[in-house]
Amino acid sequence: MNKETQPPAEEASKSNKKKNPAQVFQEELVNEITGNQNGEKGDASRSFGRRLARSLAVPILAIITGLIIGGLFIVLTSAEFYAAWTQSPLEGLRAGWNILTTAYSALFTGAIGDPARIGAALSSGNAEDVRKAFYPFFESLVAATPYIFGGLAVALGFRAGLFNIGAEGQIFIGAIFAAYVGYSVTGLPTFLHMPLAFLAGALGGGLWGFIPGWLKARTGAHEVINTIMLNYIAFRLSDWLLTGPMKRPGSANPVSPTIEDSAKLFRFFGDPIRFHLGFFVALLMAWLVWWFLFKTRWGFDLRAVGLNPHAARYAGMMVSFTMILAMSLSGALAGMAGANEVLGVNHNLAMAFSSGYGFDSIALALLGNSHPVGVVLSALLFGALRNGATNMQLKANIPIDIISIFQALILVFIATPAIIRTLYRLKPPEEGEEGLVVASWGGN
Amino acid sequence: MTTTALRRELEIISPTRQIVMGVLFLAAGFVIWFYFSRSLEPETVTKFGMTPGGYKATISDLILPSQQTLNVLAALCGFIGAVQVMRKGGFRKRTNGMLGLVSGFLIFAFLIWAAAGRSLNLAGLLNTTLSKAVPLTLGAMSGILCERAGVVNIAIEGMMLMGAMIGALVGSITGNLWIGLLSAVLSGGLLGWVHGVLSIKYRTNQIISGTAINIFATGLTSYVSAKFMQTHQELNNPGIFRGWEIPGLSQIPFLGPILFNNNMFVYAMFLFLIALQFGLFYTRWGLRHRAVGEHPRAADTLGINVFRTRYIAVILGGLMAGFAGGYFTLGSVGRFDEVMTAGRGFISLAAMIFGNWLPFGAFGAGLLFGFADSLASKLAILGLRIPSQFLLMAPYLATMVVLAGVIGRGQMPAADGVPYEKEG
Repeated sequence: MNKETQPPAEEASKSNKKKNPAQVFQEELVNEITGNQNGEKGDASRSFGRRLARSLAVPILAIITGLIIGGLFIVLTSAEFYAAWTQSPLEGLRAGWNILTTAYSALFTGAIGDPARIGAALSSGNAEDVRKAFYPFFESLVAATPYIFGGLAVALGFRAGLFNIGAEGQIFIGAIFAAYVGYSVTGLPTFLHMPLAFLAGALGGGLWGFIPGWLKARTGAHEVINTIMLNYIAFRLSDWLLTGPMKRPGSANPVSPTIEDSAKLFRFFGDPIRFHLGFFVALLMAWLVWWFLFKTRWGFDLRAVGLNPHAARYAGMMVSFTMILAMSLSGALAGMAGANEVLGVNHNLAMAFSSGYGFDSIALALLGNSHPVGVVLSALLFGALRNGATNMQLKANIPIDIISIFQALILVFIATPAIIRTLYRLKPPEEGEEGLVVASWGGN
Repeated sequence: MTTTALRRELEIISPTRQIVMGVLFLAAGFVIWFYFSRSLEPETVTKFGMTPGGYKATISDLILPSQQTLNVLAALCGFIGAVQVMRKGGFRKRTNGMLGLVSGFLIFAFLIWAAAGRSLNLAGLLNTTLSKAVPLTLGAMSGILCERAGVVNIAIEGMMLMGAMIGALVGSITGNLWIGLLSAVLSGGLLGWVHGVLSIKYRTNQIISGTAINIFATGLTSYVSAKFMQTHQELNNPGIFRGWEIPGLSQIPFLGPILFNNNMFVYAMFLFLIALQFGLFYTRWGLRHRAVGEHPRAADTLGINVFRTRYIAVILGGLMAGFAGGYFTLGSVGRFDEVMTAGRGFISLAAMIFGNWLPFGAFGAGLLFGFADSLASKLAILGLRIPSQFLLMAPYLATMVVLAGVIGRGQMPAADGVPYEKEG
C-alpha cells in the first residue's frame, strides 16, 4: 500500500465505524457488486464506446495472439517449411505464409462457409446445394450449443466464487439421464417427451453438481478436488452402463439404444444440416441465467457470496444454501449440454462422446468474463473454431488437436492480462476496472 | 511447526473421530463375517501363488482354509474395533496405524473370499500393484513438491503427458533411452516453469493456469502424435528400460521377486521417496520450503526468498512429473499413444491428498490405488460379478471420503493456492 493513500483510508474506516457495521458491510457489498456490472455506475465522463473498447481490448487481443502463436506453431511443424527454408530463407518465409493462409482459410470456410460456393448455390437455386453450402455455418452453431450450456455452467459457479471444474462429468451424467429417458419411455407425444428427456439431463447434471456443493457447504471439502474426482467417477459409471445395463441389445459396440423419435430435438432444415432446437434453448438459458444473476434476490445473494462469503454471512445471507444452489444450478446447466448432445445431435449415448466440452467451458467462461452475453459470444467463437478445425484437418492436414492449443493460449492470455498489456503496450487498468470474475482456490 | 503439531494432537484425540473409527473397524469385522465367511463352504481352501509368473518357485503356495481364516480376520477386526470404542481415547496416536491394519485385513479377506476354491497369484498381483503405483507416487510427489510450497498443481496430468510424448519422441530419434528420459524430465520441468511464471510472477489463478497447461499439453501431444508419430512409426519406437534384477536381494523368498526385480523407475521412485521425505522434514531446505507454503509472510520476514523458493518448488515438481510421464513410454509401454495417461495425473492428485501431503503417505495411497487398478483387471479371471469399473472408481471415492473429513481431515498447507504479494 502506498504511504500517501493510507491516512485518508484510515479516516474513512474511522467514519465508517460510527455507522452500524452491518449497514456498512451491506453498502460496501452493494457498491462492489454494482460496480462490477458492466458500466451501470462507472465513470460518467467516459463514453460508453471507450469503456466498451477498453473492456474488449484484452479478450480480442488474446484471441488474436492465440491465433498468431498457433499459426507459428503450425508453420514450425510443417515439413514443407523446412524444405523451402533450406533453399533460401525467402522461400521459407513464402512457404510458411502459404501454409498459414491455406490453414486459416480452411478454418474460415469450415467455420462459416465458402462464399464462392454459397453464391453459386444461391444462384442455382437447388435446395440441397444451398443446404450444403450453408452447412458449415449451421454446424458451427451446432458445435457452439453445448459450449453455451457448459460456459454458463462454469460462469455461474465463478459468480458464486466456486470453481466448477466438473462440467465434463456433469455433461456425462446429464447425457446418461437424457438418453435413458429418451429410449426407455415410449408412447409419449413429442411435446411431453422431449422436455422430459431434456429436464432429466438437467436433473442428472444438477445432482452431480449438488454433491460437491453440499460437501463444500457441509464439510468445507474443496469443490475443485471433488469435481475432478466426480468427473472420473462419471466416466467409469458411463463405461459400466454402456457395457452393461444401457448397452444396445445385439450391438458389439458400447452404445446405448437410439432414442425415440419423440424425444429428439426438432431440426429446422433437411439433411445434412443438423441445426436444432437446442441452440434456442441455450440462448433462452443464457437469458434466464442473466435474469437470475442480476434481477433476482437469489442471484444477488449468489454474487455476494462469490465476492465475499464472510461479508455475505454477516449481512444475513444463507451462504451454505447459496453455495449448494449455485453448484446444483451449474451442474444442471452442464447436464443440459449433455442432454443437448444426445437429444439433438447423436441420438444415442456413446463412450467419450463429449471430448473435452467441459474443460473448454472453463476457458470460454473466462473469455466471456462470466457474463451470459460474453459466454454466448465466446461459445460461438469456440464452436466456429472447433468446427473449422475439422475442415482444417481435411484440407490442410493439420490435426484437429490444434484447437486445444489455441484454447490453452487464449485461456492463459485472458487469465493473465498483464502479458497482453505488456505485449501491446496497453495502459494499465484503472482502479476498479480490472475484475475478472473467477473463483480462487483459498483466498477468501 | 508447533501449531501444526498442536492441531494434529487435537485432531487425534477428538472423541467423535475415535468413536467413528471404532464403528468402522467393527463394521469391517462384521462385513468379513457376514458377507464373506458365511457364504463359503467349511471345507473350501484358498490357494495363493507366492512367486510371480516367469520365476522359478522358491517358496510353496500358501494354502489357507478359507472360512476359518476369514473368521480369524473378522474376530481381529472386531477386537480392534471393540477396544477402540470401549477404551477412553481408543488407540490414540496409533489409530491411523490401526486403520491401515484393518483396511489390510479387509482387503486380504476380500481376496481370500474371491479366490476361495481357486488359486490366485498373490505375488503377481502385488508386483503389478507396485508397478501401477510408480507413476501415481511420482505424480503425487510432484504435487507435494508444489503444494508444500503453496502452489496448487492440477497440471500433473499435462506434465506427465508431455513427458511421455517427448520421452518417446526424443528416445526414438536419438536411439538412446537415457537422452529420451532426460528430455522427458526437462519438458516436464519446462511446463513447471511456465506454471511458476504464471502463478508466481503474474499471480494468475493457479487452477486456471493448471487447466490451461493440461489443455495445452493434451493438444500438443495429440497434435504431434497425429502429425508425426502415427505416420512415422520409427519416431515412436524408443524401446523400454529393461528390468534389472538386484543380485542377492532378489533371491529373498516372496518379497525378493516383487521388490528387487524391476526396472530403473521403481528403484528411482524409492530413492526419490526417501530423499523427499528426508529433505522436507529433516533439512533446512525442507523447513524453508514448508514455511513458504504455510505462512509466506512470516517466511519472508525471516529473510527467505518466497518467490525463489516457490519457483524452485514448481520446477522440481515439473521435473518429477516429467519423470513420471517418462515411465509411461520408456518404462512401461514402449510407445506413445494419444492421451495415454488416462487421468493418472488426477489420481496422483488424489493420492497426494489421500496421503496427507506426505511422501510416504502418497506412496501408501499410490499402492492402494494401484492395487485397485490391478485387481480390476483380475476380477474377470476370478469370475466375480463386480464390474471392474467400480473398483476403478474406488480411488476417487476414497479421496472424496477423506476430503469430507469422515475419517480425519488432511493437513493441507495453510497457504496452498494463495498467490504471494510482497508488501511495497
